[in-house]
Amino acid sequence: MRKRLQKFDLNSGGTPSLRGTLVKILLLGLVDAGIGFVITLLFGKEKFGFAFFIGAVTLLVNWIYLRRGGLPAKYLAPGVILLLAFQVYVVCFSGYISTTNYGTLHNGSFAEALDAIQQAAIAPIEGATEYELKVARSSDGALQFIAIDTAAGKVFAGGSDYKKHPFHELTQADGLVKDEAGYPTEVKGLTFLTDDEIVNNSSDVVALKVPLGPDIDKDGFLATVDGYLAQQNKFSYVYDEKTRSMVRLADNKTFIADGKVGFFKNAEDGELLSDIGWQVNIGTKNYSRIFTDKDLRGPLTGIIIWTFLFAFLSVFTTFVLGLILALIFNDSRIRGLRIYRAIFILPYAFPAFLSAYVWRGMFNTQNGFINRSLLSFMGDNPIPWLEQQGPARAAVLLVNLWLGFPYMFLICTGALQAIPSDLSEAASIDGASAWKQIRAIKLPLLLVSLAPLLIASFAYNFNNFGVIYLVTAGGPFLDPTLKVSAGATDILITFVYRIAFSGSVGADYGLASAFSVLIFLLIGSISFFSFKRTRGLEELTQ
Amino acid sequence: MSATPTLQKHAKARRGGIFRWSRQVGWKHLVALVVMAYALFPLLYIVSTSLTDMGGIENFTFFGQFYTKNYTDLLTSPDYPFVTWMKNTVTIAGVTAILSVSISAFAAFAFSRLRFKGRRPGLLALILVQMFPSILGLTAVYGILSKLTDYVPAIGLGTKAGLILVYLGGSLGGGTYLMYGFFNTIPKELDEAAKIDGATHTQIYFKILLRLIAPILAVMALLSFIGTFGDYVLASIVFQKPEQLTVAVGLNLLLADPWSKNWAMFAAGAVMSSAPIVILFVSLQKYITNGLTGGAVKG
Repeated sequence: MRKRLQKFDLNSGGTPSLRGTLVKILLLGLVDAGIGFVITLLFGKEKFGFAFFIGAVTLLVNWIYLRRGGLPAKYLAPGVILLLAFQVYVVCFSGYISTTNYGTLHNGSFAEALDAIQQAAIAPIEGATEYELKVARSSDGALQFIAIDTAAGKVFAGGSDYKKHPFHELTQADGLVKDEAGYPTEVKGLTFLTDDEIVNNSSDVVALKVPLGPDIDKDGFLATVDGYLAQQNKFSYVYDEKTRSMVRLADNKTFIADGKVGFFKNAEDGELLSDIGWQVNIGTKNYSRIFTDKDLRGPLTGIIIWTFLFAFLSVFTTFVLGLILALIFNDSRIRGLRIYRAIFILPYAFPAFLSAYVWRGMFNTQNGFINRSLLSFMGDNPIPWLEQQGPARAAVLLVNLWLGFPYMFLICTGALQAIPSDLSEAASIDGASAWKQIRAIKLPLLLVSLAPLLIASFAYNFNNFGVIYLVTAGGPFLDPTLKVSAGATDILITFVYRIAFSGSVGADYGLASAFSVLIFLLIGSISFFSFKRTRGLEELTQ
Repeated sequence: MSATPTLQKHAKARRGGIFRWSRQVGWKHLVALVVMAYALFPLLYIVSTSLTDMGGIENFTFFGQFYTKNYTDLLTSPDYPFVTWMKNTVTIAGVTAILSVSISAFAAFAFSRLRFKGRRPGLLALILVQMFPSILGLTAVYGILSKLTDYVPAIGLGTKAGLILVYLGGSLGGGTYLMYGFFNTIPKELDEAAKIDGATHTQIYFKILLRLIAPILAVMALLSFIGTFGDYVLASIVFQKPEQLTVAVGLNLLLADPWSKNWAMFAAGAVMSSAPIVILFVSLQKYITNGLTGGAVKG
């Protein structure tokens, strides 16, 4: 088979037409022009590394399309590039994140954390003068504070860079002109900002720190919160670059930057300077946490069991209902069959996120349609659909049944119709009953051809984030004592999503990524081995 | 026994009168009624809710009221620019559908018709990479997009192009694999014959194969459109400003404050945004069955 194909390999096809070549060159030219434009922009922003990278990729693409032969690459290039950039990279990136402590507490680089810690620990210098403030711009465009000490009748000026614009008292030698009330109106080399301009530049003005001396850590700085008054402040912590440590001025305690945990930590008692940290590599700690951390392991076992149960029951219920309907309605004698079929598949056509919301509304215990109208005979004992474990789990399965049975109905119908009719004919000649025909002929054939789709459906439901998240959000949350909150309908993916984006101590992307790598391996190997047992991937795995 | 048993049974049923008819076919109509009720009632419920004059979900009666105020309110609301959301969504989902189908088709052609090193591992990788739970790639996706915002703002956060690229990356694996199945259903003798007649590979691809699977391409595009249309999570991290949102994220806004307050207005939005899709879907029903099974179910 393969040999015959090679003989007819398309690579040795006819000569390319002139029009085709022209179209190809035109498209390539457009792409190159666009990329060229992007590269000039990148050079303007001094992002040379990235500019060279996409330049190299573009050259590769040109080479692929302009050379003779190499046909497969020509058809694969666009897809492969997108897949690498947005899928493979995402998987690899998650793998990398899973070995770090990246999260709300460890959000960025060391320098960013250092800056954030210092910014968060600013205290006013006690007893120091509060100045009235004017904001000006020097001739080089830098913002300047003009601080007025009304009691002493003195005026000072300075900018954020002590070397260029040191904080100093202004005298007439600086071209200082005051009005009758003692406020400066003119200084040589400085342009005063109007109130409107201050408002327009408010974020820059508020962020400005004017050092009071050459060493900002020791001497403190001037800053404003409203643009009218300026306070003399000091950092509460002083950083020493040589020893990579911070000293807390209040009690002179030293905290050393600990690269293992990504926090500033006191060597003796282990006290942390701040809960702001930076991202460091922590190896396999996230993975070992999953298996050893009691707070996680407690709810995790239940969640994993429920995840398998949910995925299995979702496939099972939808498949059984879809199959029964397909068997019943694969019958040309029924009038109005087309209309029936069209209505059966409506739930599949309705956007799933809307269905989830609609069902959530209908399941509302007090006012929902199901309890008020359909089950109104239950009177004062309505089913607490979204408030107790059993009913909530039933509810998500019911929603998923409604969402999923049309798909199963469609594929079962398709597969039934593909079974050659002579098989059933032969069977009925031999006197097989309708039931026997189904059980002995149709069902085995159906299962063989649908197995890959059922496996895919299992894998899909295993990670069916949408239904759980939009209908119950994993709830109800019945055990408030859990440190990592876990709900009664939480499947793995919703549980992990909560860890990743809304944990009690903020996001923990590292841990969540470790989870997602494990889920990926789990569901990937389940699918791989079950595919292997079916004919779905026959060609690939034989 | 005749060679056409169905026809024969049909005749038998008629001859047997109403009793036999109801035993063989009639009961199926009853089943159909029950299933239709099950399939329809949430949809009828939402249509009916959209026509009530109350804000929340209380005191609901099935088609007890016929107010159109929710529709006009939503269409003219300054806080919830529904029409803009629809335009955004249709643009994003439309471009994604067309591009993902065309790019997948290219790649699937290579896998189905050409022989090259790494073909089998490539196919396997396509399926496996698909298994990565995309929800959990959010951090990485956000990271990529915020980098791009610095480098090439035109495809960064808050842009349609950026979101489309992310969707494309996510849909190519599965799309290519499905399409690969469809290409395989077309006999290879066809392109061999064309080649003997001197056709180039582009002619075989565009003029023969692509035309033969055109209905399936349309269905795949429609399914991709619906998938993108319904995505909430990715769209919600890319867009922040009210006028940039897609319908899925926007309608969620409606339910954000005490969630039943805007329930009827949400219902109106749900009806308006889903109606075109539902109509399209039902009218293409026949092709959709093939689109879902063609690759895997070859009979």
